[in-house]
Amino acid sequence: MTHEPYDKQIASDIVARFDARPEMLVQILHAFVARFAWICEDAIRQLALELNLSRAEVHGVVSYYHDFRTEAPGKHIVKICEAEACQAMGSRKLSAYATANLDGEDVTLEPVYCLGNCACSPAIMVDGKTYGRVSNERFDEIMASLGECG
Amino acid sequence: MATRVYVPRETAAVSVGADDVAIAIARCAKENGEAIELVRNGSWGATWLEPLVEVLVDDKRIAYCNVAAGDVPALFDAGFLHGGEHKSCLGAINEIPYLINQDRWTFWRCGLIEPLNIDDFRAHQGFNAFEKAVEMGAEAVIEAVKTSGLRGRGGAGFPAGIKWQTVADTDGEQKYIACNADEGDSGTFSDRILMEGDPLGLIEGMMIAGFAVGATRGYIYLRSEYPLTHSILSRAIETARSAGWLGDDIQGSGFDFDIELHLGAGSYVCGEETAMLESLEGKQGIVRYKPPLPAHEGLFGKPTVVNNVVTLASVANIMNLGGQKYASFGVDRSKGTLAFQLAGNIKRGGLVEKGFGITLRELIEDWGGGTASGRPVKAVQVGGPLGAYIPAEQLDTPLDYEAFIEIGAMVGHGGIVVFDDTANMAQQARFAMEFCAIESCGKCTPCRIGSTRGVEVIDRMVAGDAREDNYDLLVELCDTMEDASLCAMGGMTPFPVRSVLKYFAEDFASAVGADK
Repeated sequence: MTHEPYDKQIASDIVARFDARPEMLVQILHAFVARFAWICEDAIRQLALELNLSRAEVHGVVSYYHDFRTEAPGKHIVKICEAEACQAMGSRKLSAYATANLDGEDVTLEPVYCLGNCACSPAIMVDGKTYGRVSNERFDEIMASLGECG
Repeated sequence: MATRVYVPRETAAVSVGADDVAIAIARCAKENGEAIELVRNGSWGATWLEPLVEVLVDDKRIAYCNVAAGDVPALFDAGFLHGGEHKSCLGAINEIPYLINQDRWTFWRCGLIEPLNIDDFRAHQGFNAFEKAVEMGAEAVIEAVKTSGLRGRGGAGFPAGIKWQTVADTDGEQKYIACNADEGDSGTFSDRILMEGDPLGLIEGMMIAGFAVGATRGYIYLRSEYPLTHSILSRAIETARSAGWLGDDIQGSGFDFDIELHLGAGSYVCGEETAMLESLEGKQGIVRYKPPLPAHEGLFGKPTVVNNVVTLASVANIMNLGGQKYASFGVDRSKGTLAFQLAGNIKRGGLVEKGFGITLRELIEDWGGGTASGRPVKAVQVGGPLGAYIPAEQLDTPLDYEAFIEIGAMVGHGGIVVFDDTANMAQQARFAMEFCAIESCGKCTPCRIGSTRGVEVIDRMVAGDAREDNYDLLVELCDTMEDASLCAMGGMTPFPVRSVLKYFAEDFASAVGADK
């Protein structure tokens, strides 16, 4: 996944797309993450200014939700479902396998609590795409296929 | 004439290769000079058969299951475009017992239609219910929902008709319909299957709710873990709008209604209705005190109907077929149908819509075929992470809101997660507390602090450190969380923990050394 560095003009355009409505903050932050991958300090400052909110309010929302990361992620984002249905199908072992095998790779590995793919457990999400019935072998295949696409 | 081939575009099917299968079929058809019309339908909900491909042959949809992209050339060789024999062939879709033995009230269009094709939707009774509602008038609509006995399918089970009546009776120039599509409970995916397979059906349900209570705006709060659903639902809203089924004076009815789609941002507690309203207002998803009820002061302080996806979608057929008909399914105070979801360690996982009263055993054994591992069932968690772990001895409990309360469990949103005998339940009790610590909104102390203390106490029990004293402490902590938490997050996290203490206490000893 490629993302652009933070750009005030682009950010401003995104805010304008939501008519600078403060109640759209969560939606605007999603648009920021889609564009810039993460929420930097400058973004918080600018959002506060343009939405007429305090920086504390914006910071509060950013830090409240799991989706809004405040550090640049790796080249790929791998989320392994660690909720009950996937646990019942060995997601703890899959997580351990992934942690061991992705060591040193430019990959952000994090848990997610349910992808709604509970009849195909264990499930994972890689760069926004959901995969089901993920064995260790299938996990390797999925990761290898990312390499091919760059 | 082109042969019609169906390949689902639904998260579970796509997660096991449906997109690749669709591409392979299109390519093979081209190479073989066969004319096909590729339809991306929703899923029938028989997830264990996905990717489930169908071919229309002589008015019958012939099903081929678990198709991989690599199987496609062999399917063409076997003449599958003409219903040819192949090991993956199941015969006609409407003869598969898993599907035909259900009571498909709400999910009947899922799999059957092309979700974003409004003509196909119309050809399958789409918007008939809305037209009927307008004809009946708002009061009669609410009466029909009351007669049906429909209760909120998100988990709390509050009677939908009474909620609608409250909002209708509350004064307010602006009222809202807020659809809770933050389906965060592990083991649940029925909202998703509906939104991906029949998104216009949900839109119609919201229109009827809006018409009944006098709301002109609807919001759908969709969890961000469902990106494909988001894409399908946003297109469905656009489609409905451009065809004049959303907007001002819908089809000359004089009724104005439009829908805005919002994404959640990975917070479990935002599935709680007041936290969801906060999030819809762009704020942190922190639970509100009740009262005031959302029906009186909800979104932006206005009277708001907050209903789950399945609740709203169930209303259409209540208009079409009548409240009495819906109430003829189910038992006692649990009327109608619920879309049960078989998940976790289960051989035939998927969605089963049945009238209330079916037992856990029937669902797990008859539909589910037992565990995927083939080992004995040890425990079943029903109703998501806040639901009790039910031991195998209680599998004959009927699925019914009250019967489940009696055994200290809950039906919730109908998710059924099966664990085999290799599961360590102390580990699951610890996870219940850990999950609460991760997801607590932090407003009330029992939930925010209690969950962290709960993890510590369980760790000490597992380590064999004063196990009996810590047992008592854990029970006391559960009492405090249950009695003093603001919402179900802290208030019900003790349910799975207590059930483990009650039925699987020996697992605290055997969890020593288990990875956390």
